[in-house]
Amino acid sequence: MTTTERSPYKVIGTRPIRPDGVEKVTGKAQYGADVRLPGMIHGRLLRSPHAHAYIRRIDTSAAEKMPGVLAVLTHHDFPAARDEMQELGEGAVNLKELSDNILASDKVLYRGHAVAAVAALSPHQAEEALKKIVVEYEVLPPVLDVMDAMRPDAPLLSETRFTREMTGQKSEKPSNIASHLQFKSGDVEAAFAEADAIVERDYTTKMVHQGYIEPHNATASWNADGTITIWTSTQGPFVVRAQVAEVLRHPISTIRVIPMEIGGGFGGKIPIYLDPVAALLSKKSGRPVKVLMSRTDVFEASGPTSGTHIALKVGVKDGVITAVKADLAYEAGAYAGSPVGAGALMMLSPYNIENFQIDGYDVVVNKPKTSAYRAPGAPAAAFAIESALDELAHKIGADPLELRKKNTAREGTRRVDGTAFPRIGHEECVDAALNSAHYRSPIEGPNRGRGVASGYWINAGMQSSVVAAVNTDGTVNLIEGSTDIGGTRASLAMQLAETLGLPFDVIRPTVADTDSVGYNDVTGGSRTTFASGMAVHEAGLDIQRQMRERAAKGWGVAADAVSYADGRVTLKTDSETKELSFAEIAKKAASTGGPIVGRGSLTARGAGAAYATHIVDVEVDPDTGKVTILRYTAVQDVGTAIHPSYVEGQIQGGVVQGIGWALNEEYYYDDDGRMANSSYLDYRMPTALDVPMIDAVLVEVPNPGHPYGVRGVGEVPIVPPLAAIANAIADATGHRFTSLPMSPRRVVEELHGLS
Amino acid sequence: MEAFDYLAPHSLLEAYAALGNGRRSLMLAGGTDVIVQLREDRRHCDQLIDLKHIPEMMSMKLTPEGRLEIGAAKPLAEIYEDGEIARRFPALIDSATIIGGTAIQSRASFGGNLCNASPAADSAPALMALAARLVIGSSRGTREMPVEEFFLGPGRNALQPDELLLQVIVPAQPAHSGAFYHRFIPRNEMDIAVASAGARITLDAAGERIESVRVALGAVAATPLMVAGANTAVVGKPPTAETFALAGQAAAELATPITDMRGSIAQRKHLASVLTVRALEGALLRLRENH
Ligand SMILES: Cc1cc2nc3c(=O)[nH]c(=O)nc-3n(C[C@H](O)[C@H](O)[C@H](O)COP(=O)(O)OP(=O)(O)OC[C@H]3O[C@@H](n4cnc5c(N)ncnc54)[C@H](O)[C@@H]3O)c2cc1C
Repeated sequence: MTTTERSPYKVIGTRPIRPDGVEKVTGKAQYGADVRLPGMIHGRLLRSPHAHAYIRRIDTSAAEKMPGVLAVLTHHDFPAARDEMQELGEGAVNLKELSDNILASDKVLYRGHAVAAVAALSPHQAEEALKKIVVEYEVLPPVLDVMDAMRPDAPLLSETRFTREMTGQKSEKPSNIASHLQFKSGDVEAAFAEADAIVERDYTTKMVHQGYIEPHNATASWNADGTITIWTSTQGPFVVRAQVAEVLRHPISTIRVIPMEIGGGFGGKIPIYLDPVAALLSKKSGRPVKVLMSRTDVFEASGPTSGTHIALKVGVKDGVITAVKADLAYEAGAYAGSPVGAGALMMLSPYNIENFQIDGYDVVVNKPKTSAYRAPGAPAAAFAIESALDELAHKIGADPLELRKKNTAREGTRRVDGTAFPRIGHEECVDAALNSAHYRSPIEGPNRGRGVASGYWINAGMQSSVVAAVNTDGTVNLIEGSTDIGGTRASLAMQLAETLGLPFDVIRPTVADTDSVGYNDVTGGSRTTFASGMAVHEAGLDIQRQMRERAAKGWGVAADAVSYADGRVTLKTDSETKELSFAEIAKKAASTGGPIVGRGSLTARGAGAAYATHIVDVEVDPDTGKVTILRYTAVQDVGTAIHPSYVEGQIQGGVVQGIGWALNEEYYYDDDGRMANSSYLDYRMPTALDVPMIDAVLVEVPNPGHPYGVRGVGEVPIVPPLAAIANAIADATGHRFTSLPMSPRRVVEELHGLS
Repeated sequence: MEAFDYLAPHSLLEAYAALGNGRRSLMLAGGTDVIVQLREDRRHCDQLIDLKHIPEMMSMKLTPEGRLEIGAAKPLAEIYEDGEIARRFPALIDSATIIGGTAIQSRASFGGNLCNASPAADSAPALMALAARLVIGSSRGTREMPVEEFFLGPGRNALQPDELLLQVIVPAQPAHSGAFYHRFIPRNEMDIAVASAGARITLDAAGERIESVRVALGAVAATPLMVAGANTAVVGKPPTAETFALAGQAAAELATPITDMRGSIAQRKHLASVLTVRALEGALLRLRENH
């Protein structure tokens, strides 16, 4: 459903079949695990059985003698890494820690931490050889929970980590708290003293995984001339190249990364894990080497998102939210870098709140190093604030959506960091939710309830570079460097078609490797349709300009005397009108100056923020604690929906991940720090049978920062569901759940006072 | 995964001979447990003996007296797709149709499900409620036992190293009886029972008093569990909610579950009662629908 006036566009807003669709539905598309090269052998990694231990000795001699083994690798084979930060687009990484995370040097910091690798003729030979590697560990007590890790007497993951303040100050004693940040304004205590109603609660969420279907993979060939070719599925081939270049100390231009189709990433396929290992195994063996993770490897040793603890206090007076105090503690995993900063920054962004103090703590624990996961940091923060607002609405007898409307942020409202919002669409989302058929329908029957929640995501811009080559028959090849996760081949080709005034199917988009197009940041931060779209628009304008120049030259007039519109160049004088079509100019390229190539290369500014408001109905089985999602409506300000079906798909996908996070998903650890549910059998993501049709309502408040009004749409839909579902369960049962997941176990234990 | 040999005997005699050759053997029925376990290094063998080429293992027969004899390796789909069997033994079908999805059911067998001896095996409580018996064979001859005596612990069954499970026998069901099996899973698919219950209820001819019940539980102890106390608690009583609650109480009292990633002790004890009551209600409904 779309709420918009008549579209000014011809291609934008239509729903063509995606250019990669046929290949994908016929099974022809090549994913990372499909790579097969002549002479290729297979790499596997040995992983730590302990969550926290010193490595005292590694003996690989027996493994080297095993049948079929051609190379064995440990951390000693890596060049010494620089202890400095590198920007990755969605987050940054310390290079020493990156290297240590790929193959541990002196210490393992989580179960599944890689310590050695073997390449052999068959995967089974590689696995058998791993069993012959002897690693002597000195086992240390693990610390698995963020609150335990913050205690002064907690086991330290690193003796040289100190708490860094925003001022740059460092703590006196080493700590698992890597950093502390604060946003503060007004007088919180005075506002609480005057409040009509206050809610004060602790909220917790568990570590959860993105759950992409395709495990991590990398195939590498270290060529005889010293160049390296890497085939991998990734959200950013250029970022893989940059990281590999740093870890292996190899010039960037000699590394070629070929992005394969990607079976999901959601932020988890930005860091590298296997690429340098495959490359060095290839160097040692002289063969191309393919390395794959198992599902358990993916759970134990890729980058899930943080478990969190949020202590929150919110006050209202006369229906106005007057004060918020929040302490956010996020698990970073083995190395610093949780998304607590984003959580703290975004928590209050749907609202205009005068007095607040938000403190954030980035805390290391003996679990895998967290990575980005769809709106990283925001869902847990929204779970806390949106649950508290629901309780406050009940306390003061307000409709929960009306409370949100009354306190909504608008153009000019300041975010907690002081930045004033440009045109944003939160109020429009709340209005659309209030007016929706869903919200206006009654919720009837025993054990049923309804919940609502809002969410915000900042969205990213960053660098994009594209080239569009015009062919003699009037078709266009669009060469881009953003890997296509959510339908961006389609959304970018559509924007070029719109800019050039051509039909969609004239444009053929291709995702190129790192040798074949300029630098592109990752497909992440909901930035590709926005930022690469701006680059595509720029390339289209570049082609327009060249076509005008050539036509004008032929007509013997100045270029600014002619115009370009609807795929034609026109010269209008008082006496006559001359026209040349796009195809006619394209055909004559050879004689008018050679190939016509448009270029767009930029750092995109003006990413418009995304807002969403969700409504959910649930039914709770009081005897088993099982929650059934009966109906779900997700309202979202999408700026301009380039391809509405794919926008709806993003919203539905985000909601489903949110439902899983709310109801069942969690890293379930035993006391030794072993994840006991590292399979899709026991890590309970929702299946198609667990979710109803999710109704996506697209509100279009165009982003003034983009030529077509695009806002990133992919991340914000995962922000509201956790709280919306908790609020619905509270409505159905009268019990307020402040810890996720709200699994049947937790619900039934709570409802029946068990345990 | 270590290398192993694959054997495909065409008769029981050949299979017994292979079992006696001194090497570490594992059986391959549908392979939906054993192949996964071999690949994950959870089990090891020198030879994998495929049972699917042995006629006795793949047979299925409904006798004129209403007794069902199923070869141990018979795929579940071939059982539940038989309309007559589905009509007579709906509780059996309750379990056969929830073990994995269609692909798994086209291969997986009751024999494999039982021999794998998971406390959560879905066929076990259903077969126990139906008073099924197992036929076990070796070169020394055959023996029979009630299915509830087959399980010794997680992954451990009553077979001797030289024995095979040959047949699952479901006796003709008593008059005025109905049976039902179900499990609790957090999702609606792709899950293993957090707890499960099978029940058969038999009423007197008037349909007013309970003559007997057979209640069996899964995933709440080291083995599937027969709840003898449920029968004691309800025999002679009318089939009402209060009566069923007594059976539920007996089930919860007998359960000795563990806490793991699939559920907690408190939750499973509670579910033992809830699922028992609901299984009895389902069984009663079937009984009434048939009369
Ligand atoms: C995706 C998936 C979903 C599943 N879902 C469920 C589920 O919902 N519920 C459930 O209960 N199970 C489930 N399972 C487990 C499995 O499918 C069942 O236990 C199945 O019934 C096993 O039967 P099989 O014929 O495949 O056994 P196999 O794997 O062939 O054998 C299992 C074990 O029994 C032994 N064995 C087999 N037959 C004999 C015999 N005649 N004599 C002696 N030993 C024998 C084998 O040596 C082996 O150790 C699932 C498995 C998968 C992969």
